[in-house]
Amino acid sequence: MSIVAETITAPVEIGHTEGDEVPEPDIPWIVIVWNDPVNLMSYVTWVFQKLFGYPRAKAEKLMMDVHTKGKAVVSSGAREKAEFDVARLHAHGLWATMQKDV
Amino acid sequence: MARGGPVRRTRNGMFELRLEARERDVLRELPQQLRGLLEHEDPSSDAAMARLYPPAYVDDPIRNWEYERMAGDDLTAGRLAAIDRMEGTIDADRLSEDDVLAWLGVCNDLRLVLGTRLDITEETTGADFPPDDERSSAFALYGYLTWLVDAIVRALSG
Repeated sequence: MSIVAETITAPVEIGHTEGDEVPEPDIPWIVIVWNDPVNLMSYVTWVFQKLFGYPRAKAEKLMMDVHTKGKAVVSSGAREKAEFDVARLHAHGLWATMQKDV
Repeated sequence: MARGGPVRRTRNGMFELRLEARERDVLRELPQQLRGLLEHEDPSSDAAMARLYPPAYVDDPIRNWEYERMAGDDLTAGRLAAIDRMEGTIDADRLSEDDVLAWLGVCNDLRLVLGTRLDITEETTGADFPPDDERSSAFALYGYLTWLVDAIVRALSG
């Protein structure tokens, strides 16, 4: 019985690993902006307001978190949205990365 | 000289740009220099280019490669369009909002490039670049662009 079971399961496993799309766990992605010594505080605040529509107070708080704590999470969501936000931040010269929110 | 800032939003949504001729002459050369960097250098071998094109994924080279393939050309196209627009309005006294955004993008990119070349840190002061330092003129330009970027941001925010 065990031999039969192995011959049945082996091809299934191979077929799975050869699949192009491995489903991702449903974990949101977060977009992080890192502190850098060049971008102005006024500029970073303005970018957060412009890109994400945040009120000035929220944008300033995120900017201060970047400045004093070294980084801040500025947006989150599905991978495609996070990548879109990262690209927009890069277009504005901010040091942004994305990772799973684990 | 009471000039009330170099950039001012006007009532009709345009922006007034007050710069002296010698400031325009300094700025005139810069977009082409940035274009040269974008067209001839690569993030893998040039630190300033690496600063303009940061990785999206820190620990995932494959996804990062895909990101660069997907977003890299758009980033460059946007930067080159801003350069073209700033060059086309370098002598203008009145700018549209799109013009101002282009100036801001180019000037901020130039600050990132100069900041990288000059190894600017949080602790950097003017004392690090005395007049006999060969980098002092680049640091002066960096300071000028800091002033201009801040002025543009304040005009856009106001």
